[in-house]
Amino acid sequence: MSRFRIGFLPLVDSALPIIAQELGFAKQEGVEIALVRDRTWAAVRDRLAYGQTDAAHLVAPIAIAMALGLDRPATPIGAPFMLSLNGNAIAVSHVLAEMLGVGIEADARTVGERLAVVAKEEAARGRKLRIAVVHRYSSHNYMLRYWLAACGLDPDQDVEIIVIAPPFVADAFAAGEIDVSVVGEPWNSLAVERGDGVIISSTSRIWKRGVEKLLAFRADVLDERRGEVEALLRALYAAGQVAMDPARTEDVAELLSREAYIGLPSPLIARALSGRLVCRKDEEPAKLRDFLVVHGEAANFPWRSQAMWLYSQMARWGHAKPTEDGFAAAAAVFRPDVYRSAFAGTGAVLPGASLKVEGAISEPLGAGSHGGRLVLGHDRFFDGRLFDPDDVFGYLAQDGVGR
Amino acid sequence: MKIAVIDDSAARAAVIEEGLREAGLTDVTVLIDRRGVVAELERLSPDVILINLENPSRDMLEESFALSRALSRPIAMFVDQSDEASIADAVDAGISAYVVDGLRKERIKPVLELAVRRFSAFSRLQSELHEARSALAERKTIDKAKMLLMKRRKVDEPTAYALLRKQAMDGGRRIVDVAEALITAESLLGGDA
Repeated sequence: MSRFRIGFLPLVDSALPIIAQELGFAKQEGVEIALVRDRTWAAVRDRLAYGQTDAAHLVAPIAIAMALGLDRPATPIGAPFMLSLNGNAIAVSHVLAEMLGVGIEADARTVGERLAVVAKEEAARGRKLRIAVVHRYSSHNYMLRYWLAACGLDPDQDVEIIVIAPPFVADAFAAGEIDVSVVGEPWNSLAVERGDGVIISSTSRIWKRGVEKLLAFRADVLDERRGEVEALLRALYAAGQVAMDPARTEDVAELLSREAYIGLPSPLIARALSGRLVCRKDEEPAKLRDFLVVHGEAANFPWRSQAMWLYSQMARWGHAKPTEDGFAAAAAVFRPDVYRSAFAGTGAVLPGASLKVEGAISEPLGAGSHGGRLVLGHDRFFDGRLFDPDDVFGYLAQDGVGR
Repeated sequence: MKIAVIDDSAARAAVIEEGLREAGLTDVTVLIDRRGVVAELERLSPDVILINLENPSRDMLEESFALSRALSRPIAMFVDQSDEASIADAVDAGISAYVVDGLRKERIKPVLELAVRRFSAFSRLQSELHEARSALAERKTIDKAKMLLMKRRKVDEPTAYALLRKQAMDGGRRIVDVAEALITAESLLGGDA
């Protein structure tokens, strides 16, 4: 039995490796998964970089930052499988919720523009809103900045963006340290249940197919254990089919709620899995379409254009340089070649291309594929912009970022 | 060289601080509390920051270090790539280090190595302590079971112990497990255990 130690943070989007191990899909593929839980992304990243783990459940931009050597020595990283799309909620304190007067019933544009007005008023009073994201190099940070900027705020000037690791976000609301957070589940639901937070939107409303967690390997592990890695990916794919099944939601939530994994009550965990979030304590849940997607519609396929979109945002906010080489290095972290060879002949749908224009699909669309019919779901950005991987500098220029 | 030690275990931080001082590194500040740590670091402006790998503040600190790039003394994690082995040792021991830009490798390495030794010694002490504690707890459980047997079977202490031992040997179990089962059963049956 080949063994993979996989680092993770206690989040609902760590579901696939947990299901794969606990429900026997790993074993069927001759693989054993040992999950290593941490409380910060820095710890997950360091264990991966220095060989304490073989793979990690990781926020996609951290994998890119590792490969590029941002703030630390570069570690070649390969990500052949996406563990989730979206799954993050935007929550605010009760005080701010009252000031906003709009919430989950409104669309991202309405909520964002109202937030912009309130944030500017507060800043004028000398009290910038404090917004927590989970890491500097996180999809949370980039989705938030994209949204705020499109709604008329300067995220570097008009608000204060700080970093708090997911397990501590609900506590930060309770302590009055933050006004807004962008974090994965069940940490929003915990803040809501404790009466300290109100969910007002979700990243799925900012970008329908927001790239979120991936399974990252050191590139040498990916090469040396290629066959075993591919077996592991097939086990994760099978786990995805269980995670997608509404009839299994309670079982999956029960599994994830165990102390070794998330360690919070299963009803809180079931909310993200079913896309039915209680947004304010004691209220009826709101149905959020595609709130968290862990499988289906080629969600697990590592589209290089998604890595490039993330890189465009890293460049936009001064975290990385807007260069051809940078885009190429970011795209190379995503490994559709490994995905294709893992699933060749299995009946899983394999996209023919590795790049697509992001944000162009407003109705489910058939696309070129092998091994079945590929349907790509909605992937619109809330402001209707398109990201064409063949014209990344044109895209950056729209935001005033020069080469 | 100015060193900051950040650790959510005050005892471990003290052990590391003591080691650094013994080695002649006397400009050491220990930070335990998560609150205010960023402001404190800005005030101190240390050359080296040693932090436990699992510290909950790390993501937050890395953001502030990244922002420090705009300052005159940027801090980064393990800036020197030429010494990956000692960094890997540190991560294995459970330590991360952040170093101010431009500090020479020969100056960082001994500090890191010392921290690794102290960290490992602390882990060893902790597991010894844990073992000692559980040995004590086991002794107490066995004593309690002996008392029960002495009372219920009206036997003396050596006989009570022999009974426990025989039961354990016959069942291929540890004496403490037999003792625990006995105490549980007694309490379930309404005894005074």
